[in-house]
Amino acid sequence: MLLIRCPYCEEERPELEFRNAGEAHIARSANMAGESDDDFEKFFFIRSNPKGIIYERWRHIHGCARFFNAVRDTVTDKFVMTYKAGEPKPSKLPKNSNEMASK
Amino acid sequence: MAKAAAKTSASADAAERRPAQAGRSVSAKNIEVKVLPPAERMSLRASEASVAALSKALGLTLPKLPKTSASKAGRTALWLGPDEWFVIDEAGKDPLADCAKVTALHSAVGISHRNVAFAVTGPAAAAAINAGCPQDLSLEAFPVGAASRTILGKCEIVLLRTADDAFRLECWRSFSDYVFTFLSEAASDAAA
Repeated sequence: MLLIRCPYCEEERPELEFRNAGEAHIARSANMAGESDDDFEKFFFIRSNPKGIIYERWRHIHGCARFFNAVRDTVTDKFVMTYKAGEPKPSKLPKNSNEMASK
Repeated sequence: MAKAAAKTSASADAAERRPAQAGRSVSAKNIEVKVLPPAERMSLRASEASVAALSKALGLTLPKLPKTSASKAGRTALWLGPDEWFVIDEAGKDPLADCAKVTALHSAVGISHRNVAFAVTGPAAAAAINAGCPQDLSLEAFPVGAASRTILGKCEIVLLRTADDAFRLECWRSFSDYVFTFLSEAASDAAA
């Protein structure tokens, strides 16, 4: 079982307590009615689906129930780091993901 | 709100209340699972600014650290989230009435009958709960007083460690039959 660090509970918890909530850092337009169909399609349907590092929203649904963001590697399925909702996308990732896990 | 609460407790004497799973218990070597009597329960949501006023009204300091609880005179407040607490009163005093006097912004919802509580006690208690709960329940990771919302098998529970070898386990009423059966099976496994 994966252990995921919840930034609100400040500890690693078993993955069964969590739920994935899609890609993170997708800003909703302040003027939704003014969006063109193409822009709306990009916002609503198009996701990056990268091979490698992905920024996702997760929810600690069976714990503190808070949404937070996580950086995950889609190839190894390892969590690189997690941070609170609303915080900016980290500009630098920790070199060694095991380093984060041991903290 | 205080008025409504007073009314409820008055009519409770007249109506016959039959709590779910009342009286059920199972015991095996080193472990006992039993249903706890009904208690007053409250779900409390409040921002940082209201915590001091609410703590004063409730008569205990609302815990601010994850996975902790505070207890005083039969009333326990469990930290569930950064702005969410679960208050259990076993002394029969209504925490809703206490919060109703507070003018600071908060949301207090009475959930006394939403939950059923179980006491899991004995040296094998942690092992039995771990049959369906993936959290580390060792004393280092989950000391006495530690509290957390988590899962047991297929349903969500709130777990509170009341002593080295005793847990209070709260689940939703409609899940209580499943939880009791699960714990009974787990108890016989853990005792073996």
